[in-house]
Amino acid sequence: MQLIPKVTILDGAQMRRVVRRMAGEILEHTGGSADLILVGIRTRGVPLAEALARELEQMEGRQVPIGSLDITLYRDDLSTIGPHPVVRSSHIPGPVDGRVLVLCDDVLYTGRTVRAALDALRDYGRPRRVELAVLIDRGHRELPVQADIVGRRVPTSTQEEIRVSFEATDGVDKVEILGREEPA
Amino acid sequence: MNAESWHRKDLLGIADLSPEEIRLILDTAESFREVAERPIKKVPTLRGKTVINLFFESSTRTRSSFEIAEKRLSADNMNFSTSGSALEKGESLVDTALNLEAMSPDLVVIRHRAPGVPHLLAARLRSGVINAGDGAHEHPTQALLDAFTIRRHKGRLDGLTVTIVGDIEHSRVVRSNIHLLTKMGSRVRVAGPRTMLPPALEALGVEVHTELEPAIAGADVVMMLRIQLERMNRKLFPSSREYFQRFALTRERLGAAREDAIVMHPGPMNRGVEIASDVADGPQSVILEQVAAGVAVRMAVLYLLSGVREEEG
Repeated sequence: MQLIPKVTILDGAQMRRVVRRMAGEILEHTGGSADLILVGIRTRGVPLAEALARELEQMEGRQVPIGSLDITLYRDDLSTIGPHPVVRSSHIPGPVDGRVLVLCDDVLYTGRTVRAALDALRDYGRPRRVELAVLIDRGHRELPVQADIVGRRVPTSTQEEIRVSFEATDGVDKVEILGREEPA
Repeated sequence: MNAESWHRKDLLGIADLSPEEIRLILDTAESFREVAERPIKKVPTLRGKTVINLFFESSTRTRSSFEIAEKRLSADNMNFSTSGSALEKGESLVDTALNLEAMSPDLVVIRHRAPGVPHLLAARLRSGVINAGDGAHEHPTQALLDAFTIRRHKGRLDGLTVTIVGDIEHSRVVRSNIHLLTKMGSRVRVAGPRTMLPPALEALGVEVHTELEPAIAGADVVMMLRIQLERMNRKLFPSSREYFQRFALTRERLGAAREDAIVMHPGPMNRGVEIASDVADGPQSVILEQVAAGVAVRMAVLYLLSGVREEEG
């Protein structure tokens, strides 16, 4: 089934305002902590982490380290899907023990990705605290997972998809709902 | 063939792989390399999968490399080695394999001194089969880890000149490496005593030398092979001293290669026979990196193969 863009939820200017507000909330939650690391979940969590880091740098005048996490090896459906998906590299800057991590992802949906990400993080050490920041929360959770920082809550049907585009990876900042083409 | 996914149940050799499949394995291994740098070097990916390591020929490094790769992926593994060196009869081999399969392993890693044994098993078993060396035929994971190491240092495989020196005729490492490197666009030169060069090598697209110096000149990679001292009894060369004088890689000879050339050896080395100690331990040697690469490459192969199920019916 071909999905086509139905609604634009955020355009470029709106998306930047939302990201700025999220960065402010990160500061509020972490109290401007010096041991903060932003960890983007591959793939679209990484440009979100980068956008948040840019805002934080403007607000605080210092750079926040960014990591990227590929959760493929921790998926709970590997024994039921084949062929196995492509594994990409993870990169976590420095030891995570005792630090405050903010996991970043573009869309929070079933919560399974976040579950896998928490398992993956555990293999890098024991952070003091982990928070979750998502640009879009679209509901339909299958696990007890909630985000601490949410850009926009968007009620969706399971037939729909959310497409988040970032200037860094896709040439434009935009969030759209994709759905089936309406019968003519 | 979709380059983003893997569709083979078995890895039997390099000869039948496409360049895209080779690239997929190497790229996947790149991601697995990072696992070895974490505080906890284990991922839950193959939890509940069983791998049987079936070694009919003694092997310490290949087997331990597979074992570590399996453990880091959280697979359950079992080692089955035969102590005797007698070649198993075809029938008892298949029976052994069928018995093992009754325990429903997901993958079987096999080394056997007879070429084609992994293919024989692959055709009979539902489990995936990985060839860990079959006679002088193929040793695909060794060629893949060599290519992985070269690519990390040179950033590419195409356009490189790779010189392989030693007992070309009896080496499965060479055969798999020639297939892999020529597929990926490298120029391959081989060198060794005439008694250790098989006929018709040129047909595989390689340059053949019986002197070391011209083979090394301008090379990006110099790969030395282990000389099996037991072969001296068969008069393939007169003595290890003479071999050293004519074919060993010394610092002086390495000077003919490119300045940034890397030195490789699949191990175990005979220092002072095929390679001088100061070269083996020198700044251009990547021999220990090859060992680390072996674990990453084998994790990638285990991961990709375990995602494929044989079609039912």
